[in-house]
Amino acid sequence: MRINGESTAPQSGGRASSMWTPSQFELNRRRIRSEQNRRNAIIAIISTFLVLGTLATILITSPGFKSLTDTFFAWSYGVEVLPKVILGFCTNIALTLIAGTAVSIFGLVLALTRTSRSPALTPFRILATIYVDVFRGIPMLLIILLVGFGIPALRLQGLTSNVLVLGTIAVVITYTAYVAEVIRSGILTVHPSQRAAARSLGLSNVQTLRHVVLPQALRRVTPPLLNDLVSLIKDTGLVSILGVTDAIRAAQIASSRSFNYTPYVMAAGLFLLVTIPLTRLTDHTMRKAMERQNAQGLA
Amino acid sequence: MTTPVLRVESLRKSFSSEVVLQEISFDVPVHTATVFIGASGSGKSTLLRCINLLDSIDDGVIELDGVEISDPRVDSDDVRRKLGMVFQSFNLFPHMSVLENITLAPIHVQGVGRQEARNQAIELLKKFDLGDKADQYPDRLSGGQQQRVAIIRSLALKPRLLLLDEVTSALDPILVNEVLSTVRDLKSDGMTMVIATHEMGFAHQVADEVCFLHHGRIVEYGPPEVVLSNPQDSRTKDFLKRVHEAGRL
Repeated sequence: MRINGESTAPQSGGRASSMWTPSQFELNRRRIRSEQNRRNAIIAIISTFLVLGTLATILITSPGFKSLTDTFFAWSYGVEVLPKVILGFCTNIALTLIAGTAVSIFGLVLALTRTSRSPALTPFRILATIYVDVFRGIPMLLIILLVGFGIPALRLQGLTSNVLVLGTIAVVITYTAYVAEVIRSGILTVHPSQRAAARSLGLSNVQTLRHVVLPQALRRVTPPLLNDLVSLIKDTGLVSILGVTDAIRAAQIASSRSFNYTPYVMAAGLFLLVTIPLTRLTDHTMRKAMERQNAQGLA
Repeated sequence: MTTPVLRVESLRKSFSSEVVLQEISFDVPVHTATVFIGASGSGKSTLLRCINLLDSIDDGVIELDGVEISDPRVDSDDVRRKLGMVFQSFNLFPHMSVLENITLAPIHVQGVGRQEARNQAIELLKKFDLGDKADQYPDRLSGGQQQRVAIIRSLALKPRLLLLDEVTSALDPILVNEVLSTVRDLKSDGMTMVIATHEMGFAHQVADEVCFLHHGRIVEYGPPEVVLSNPQDSRTKDFLKRVHEAGRL
């Protein structure tokens, strides 16, 4: 927090604050505080060394440590297979971008349908509710298997049997249900008085939604939505069971060739490379938004 | 005789079995202010919400400029465009700056150009000494400033009638004055208003007619000199006595 005592000094309270020198009590207090800070820093350093050092010692001196590093951290082999894993990872990224976009659109439509009050939309409201109930309640792996193997089994003309497309569809089906619920909960948290204020300004139902309710709702659900995006990136790996060559599948192929698990570690590293910055970015954008609008606006 | 801006005839409103308003009839001629006083729960806010069509009524007629607006076939958005309403809790939009709050309805409801809406808003803000707050977000303003912005927001639509619902109830006594003086300015500009308030001194200054609501009925009405200074009904006397004891007169 900024304290603006100094900067406003030349205006109203100018004389008083420029004349002010800290009292003996305050100087004493500052000395005690800085002593306490120094002591706390020393304690923190010692305790960190003790805990992490002990853990590292236990790990390194354990009898299986050598074989563990050989099977999981064979760096030269890792570097050798890395291009293939990266190539697979591109599939994950592409899948995330396509599925993420589709999920945002469908999720929003579903959430708006469920929160609408228009009598004409009643059947859609019922269908949306059933959809969410069903697809939120089935494990995603099952959906992937059902879509991935079920749709080609129908042997219908014109339906694709491309596993990548089918896998993406399965991911979209499941995540739409989750995201719709997150957005809906955001819409419901916008206080009715905001709606009343907008309506009494003559804004129509749709305008109220578009300019007043949704901006506030989406801002509130940004952290859980980005949380879902991180999950989505990871869960795209599940389509590998259909035979899609994503990062996990590529790593699996590489490791089964040499009975070395380093490719898996490489794949894990690639996922972290994307998910950690994304999490940091989420925190950053949220903090910015809160600073701009003050904390209360998000309450 | 000219048509009053607002005419309410035998209005009745109930929430399930509880009747909150009954036999409410009054006229609001142009450029006048009708002030409703009464204890909390006497139905003041509900009455304003009914006039603004935020609540439906159970019986009676509401007319705006001689046109019945309580008809269910009437487009309520259309009606609300002609009515301004200011709430006890301000209800500014927290995700928009002061300027955006004010220009939202002119731009999207009336189709005024962005630049023109901006200019009008800034003019209004300057008029009410808020010119330097245009780009601030509501949470950075004091309660009194927020409420004045809310008043300006409803003025931006140039309403036929302004409904003020206990606009000072959420403010501390010092901030109350800046908001009340804004309303007095509106009154001298000729704005037609229906006001619900607990501020008796203010009611006295601004009202052309005062209605005392008691358990959902108008038990006494007339010019402020009569209702507030020389009430005839025992319930009005009792209410004003209690207000006086609470130190609000």
